Formats: sequence, structure tokens, C-alpha cells
Amino acid sequence: MDLRDSAAERAFRTELRDWLAKTLPALGPKPHHTDWPGRRRYDTAWQRQLFDAGYAGINWPTEYGGRGATPTEHLIFLEETERAGAPYVGVNFVGLLHAGPTIATEGTPEQKAAHLPKILTGEEIWCQGFSEPSAGSDLASMRTRAVRDGDHYVVNGHKIWTSHAEVADYCELLVRTDPDAPKHKGITWLMMAMDSPGLEVRPLNTLLGSSEFSEVFFDNVRIPVSNRVGEENDGWRVTMVTLSFERGTAWVDQIVDSVRLVADLAAIAKKVTTHAGVAWEDRGLRRDIAHLGAEFDALWALTKRGVTEAGSGVPGASASVLKLRYTEARQRLMDLGARVLDRAAVSRTDIAGLPTGEWTTERLNSLSYTIAAGTSQIQRNIIGERILGLPKERG
Amino acid sequence: MYFLPTDEQRELQRGVREVLDSAFPLEKLPGGFDAVVWSTLVETGVFSLRTELELGLVEAALVFEELGRAAVPGPLVGTFLVAGHADGATTVLEARLTPLTVAHLDVATSVLVLDSGGSRLATASDVSGVPLPEPIDPLTPLHELAAAPTGSSIGLDYTRLMNEGALLTGALQVGLAARLTELAVAYAKSREQFDRPIGSFQAVKHICADMFVRTELARASLHSAAVMLDDPEAGDGARAVAGAKLLADEAATLNSRGCTQVHGGMGFTWEVPVHYLLKRAWLQATEFGTADDHAEALAALL
Repeated sequence: MDLRDSAAERAFRTELRDWLAKTLPALGPKPHHTDWPGRRRYDTAWQRQLFDAGYAGINWPTEYGGRGATPTEHLIFLEETERAGAPYVGVNFVGLLHAGPTIATEGTPEQKAAHLPKILTGEEIWCQGFSEPSAGSDLASMRTRAVRDGDHYVVNGHKIWTSHAEVADYCELLVRTDPDAPKHKGITWLMMAMDSPGLEVRPLNTLLGSSEFSEVFFDNVRIPVSNRVGEENDGWRVTMVTLSFERGTAWVDQIVDSVRLVADLAAIAKKVTTHAGVAWEDRGLRRDIAHLGAEFDALWALTKRGVTEAGSGVPGASASVLKLRYTEARQRLMDLGARVLDRAAVSRTDIAGLPTGEWTTERLNSLSYTIAAGTSQIQRNIIGERILGLPKERG
Repeated sequence: MYFLPTDEQRELQRGVREVLDSAFPLEKLPGGFDAVVWSTLVETGVFSLRTELELGLVEAALVFEELGRAAVPGPLVGTFLVAGHADGATTVLEARLTPLTVAHLDVATSVLVLDSGGSRLATASDVSGVPLPEPIDPLTPLHELAAAPTGSSIGLDYTRLMNEGALLTGALQVGLAARLTELAVAYAKSREQFDRPIGSFQAVKHICADMFVRTELARASLHSAAVMLDDPEAGDGARAVAGAKLLADEAATLNSRGCTQVHGGMGFTWEVPVHYLLKRAWLQATEFGTADDHAEALAALL
């Protein structure tokens, strides 16, 4: 058991740090979060820079144009880019982390050649059409229907929670192709061009007042059969293969960010004076901040454990454990921030010389973490049933 | 970076588990301190891992997790800490705490007095105290002392002893937390109500899931602290060990509660072993710094 970089890992880290130090100062200001065309330009320009420097698709195999890095190098990449304040994947998220890996694993040579290079360079943006209004945690009960008509599938239905739909070129779409089969067996994975006729995108206004997600409506949308990835009715399995690309790194940037925020919060608490005095002098508050600091340090250690497991082919339990514990810790951190900021926490822009903009907006945003990508309740079911072997509630 | 036990470390841990599973199953727990088991641990090299087997705190933490999982009664941590300086079972007196209490005085040959002004070793038979009639953990007898014994200096650094003691006590707590999860899960699978195992109900399943998660988090923290104490270049050992003891205490005490709750009425009886583990967790939560002490120490580093 060790926590040191090997010589190769150290070299990788040093080279990356040098590149970031050289590259980041020239990066323009971040666009406002409601400026979607601006966000696409910003995120894809960064992706292009990563590509030119050989860091795009860090975890993708080299045969598809990726770097083929080890899980530990993948971890170092995410850690160092976050520490340096580099942009995260942004609108490239679905392409790089989900659709790309799926096509790389399950796609035909033609499909790979058509999409993978463009995803890596940031030329092609993807969104995800999985969830439906009546298929959330029970995703496999989705009803959006695709019926074969010659060389095309004709799609009718309704998707929701589609991130980046306004700026996407393609959608990874799950459709029901066999309504009579058991629910996991009648699903197909399609690549859909977002300029297809019959498609309507309606942005959803989140509680942040931003349009991170959209609803997508399908009225006889025609998708070529050649855009199907994997076999018809095998879409559920196709969807699952992408998980093997994650290799324990799903929360690296956020955990690194949270460790920083704990230190920031301590500094703020030493500065803030409320009617009860300097916030940091409040022993209970101070200990709560330190306690959360210990949790984020432990989550960072658990991340390293998961990455080591991925690198050595050891089946581990860390993915659900990390998701569940990290997301709840992050919410508690934001609530703690509000305790420190006191009345200033009522502002979503900076006020009284305090970073209330970041803290209060993120406090709202963090509400989504325990819901998206498998609610905390679903994670507890997964842990209880798949790891601890407890019986399912029904059946 | 390789943040998993190596094959050798896994083998060591498995070996200790096998020894304890046969020599000290939970059914033997009510008997308390067991001299035969203690000799087996001594012979196995549990306490001399570092001094004779030239292993580190990572290995010690893995072994102490197993001791915690089996809830072995005895002055485990003190005996490990003084290996190479004193022979025989050694109990710990934390001189900064009031009331002054010391565990397992009757079976110890030495008392390690942990004092920020200078740690020292006293002969147990020279130390007199009043036995507590009802210690929280019925398997860990406690004596109350009027004053800390003088003893003689062994030249071990106080901070280092506290850090190592916190690490090993944290390991015992992680082991307990894991055993409590095992017991809760086993009971939830076998106990039926409303014609089905209670573990099928999400209200019970989620208690078990949280117990598992707490243990995994505390274990990752513990292992990271062990690596850093062994290898200071890997990170800030003092910060890591404070976090590890805090999270290990939390895992052991909250899992005690969870396990009791999952056992329902039986959990409130002397009939099932859960209460022994709970009481040990509460006792160990006061040793080598409470969660609050460690939170304060971490706050001072922020």
C-alpha cells in the first residue's frame, strides 16, 4: 500500500503542470452560465487545446485517438487540471464520458471514424436522451417508441433531463423497439442528429434559474438504421459498457474542489463577524468545518482506492459508496457555508466582500447531486442488494 | 501509487482473521480477557510486528482491524506501542484525562503513562486503584487512580505515541464497525416479519447500506493515515490520523446504533453479542482523543 507517485507518474504530473502553467494564463474569461453559445465556444476551444497537447480522451484507448493513460494517470490529470483551475469538460461531458466510450466499445468502424475524432477535438457535442417523465429511477421502463420503416427508425415520445440539448449536434438516444419484451430487453441505443426534422427542444428552467436541462419531444423523427449502436433490443447492455471507462474517477474534480472549499470556508469564518462574534471562535461551527474536512480527505483516499482497484482489475464497491457519501457531504458543506456566511448567504452575487455568489449558487446547485445519476435512495438499494446481498423489496 | 493492501499484507490480515475466528469466535466473547488467546497473539507476532518482523503501521493497522473485528479484550494498543521497550501486556493511562482510569490493570505487567510532559512506564503491580464496579464495557475492567504513577521515562515522543495510539484504536473501531455491519446484514437476511426478510424493506436495507458506507470511508481514511505515518513524504500524517480516528469513532458508534436498531427488541438484550461491540465502541471512542478532540486538532490545522 503506498500513496506516492511512481517515477512515470511523477513525470506525467510534472509535464502536465508545466503545460497548464503555460496554457492557462492565455485562457479568456468564463462565459456567463446562461450564455450557451458562449459556453460551447469556451468549452470546445479548451477541448481543442487539450487535443493538440495530447491530453484529449485521456482514458480512451490510443487506437481511438485517446491517450491510453493508466487509471492513476487519469486521476492525476483530473486532480492537476482541477487544482490549476482549468475548465472542466463542460458541454463535452456526454461525448467524452458517455457516448464516445460507448461508440468506441460497441460501434462499427464507420461509426467510430465518423464520431470519435470529432468528439476528441471538440467539434461534435453530444447530449443524452435517456430519462423520460415517467422513467427516472426506473429508467428501463422508458416508453419513447421507435418503429422500423425501411432503412429508418421512426421515433415518437418524450425525453427529459437532457443536458446541453440546445448546443448539441448529436444525442445518444435510448428507445423502446420491442414493447412486448421484458423491459430491459426491448431497448435500442441510437445516435440521433439534433437537427432531425420532428424534434423539438424545450429548455427546462432549473431552480437555479438556468437551463442546464431540456425536454425533447419526438414527432415522427426519422433516424437511419445505420445510426444504431449494437444490436436492436440490446441497448441496455450497450449503455452499461461505458461505466468501465470511468475507473473510479467520477468525482475527482469535485472532491479536490471540496477540499479547497473547506480551507476557504475556514478562512472566511476567521474573517466573518456576526452578532455572536467571530464565526471561527464558535467551537461547534469550527469543529463541524474540520469534521467535513476529514470526510473530504477520506473521500479523496477512497477515490485513490477505487482507482487502484480499477488499475488492478479488483472488483470494488467504491463507485456507489463515493457517489452516496460525496454528494451528501457536498450538501452539508454548502449548508455549513450558509451558517458561516449568516445573513450574507441570502445573496447569489458577492456581497459584503464575501464570496456569497459561489457559495449560495452552489448551495442551490448541490441539491441536484443526490438526485442525478442515481438518487441516494437508489445508491443505498444498490449497496444493500448488490454488495451486501440483501433481498430485493419485490419479486 | 497503489492504495490497496499488497498480496503479503492481505495474507497477513487473512492469517490473523483465521487465528481469531477459531481461537476467539464471538461465542467466547462473554468470557472477557482470555490468557490463551493473548499468548497466541503474542506468539503470532501481533505486538512485535514492527520491532521483530520489521513491518510498519500499515500492517499494524490491518492486523488491529482484525483484533477489533473479533472484539478481543485486552490492553492491545499499549502492548504494541511499547514493544521493544517493555515486555508483557502493557495498559495505557492517559494522564490528561479526568477521572484517571486505566483498563485491564489486573492482567497488565506495565502501565504506559501518556503525559505531554514526558511519557513513562510504571510497573503494574506498583499501581493501585479502585476498580469501577460497573465499567461501560463489561469485558474491559477499569480502575480509577488517585494520581498518575511516577514510573521511568522510556524516551518515546508523546505526540508520536498519541498519533500511533489513535491510529491503532481507529483500526480497532473500523474492525468493530465492519463486524457490526456483518451482524446487522446477517440478521436482516434471516429475521422475517410480514412474511419476508426484514432486509428486503428499504427502511432496514438503507440502515445496513449506510453502515457499510461509513466503514468503507473510515477504512480508506485509516489506511491513508497509516501510509502517511510510515512514509511522511506521502502526506501530512497528523492531519490524516486525526481524521481517521474521528471517522472510525463515528463509524463504530453509529454502526453500533444501527446494528442494535436492525436487531429490534433482541438488540436491547444481553442475549445477542451486539451490546458488547457497542460498549467497546463507546469505550474506545474516549481513547487517544475523542472525535471532538480530533476535530479541534484538525481545525487548528486549517
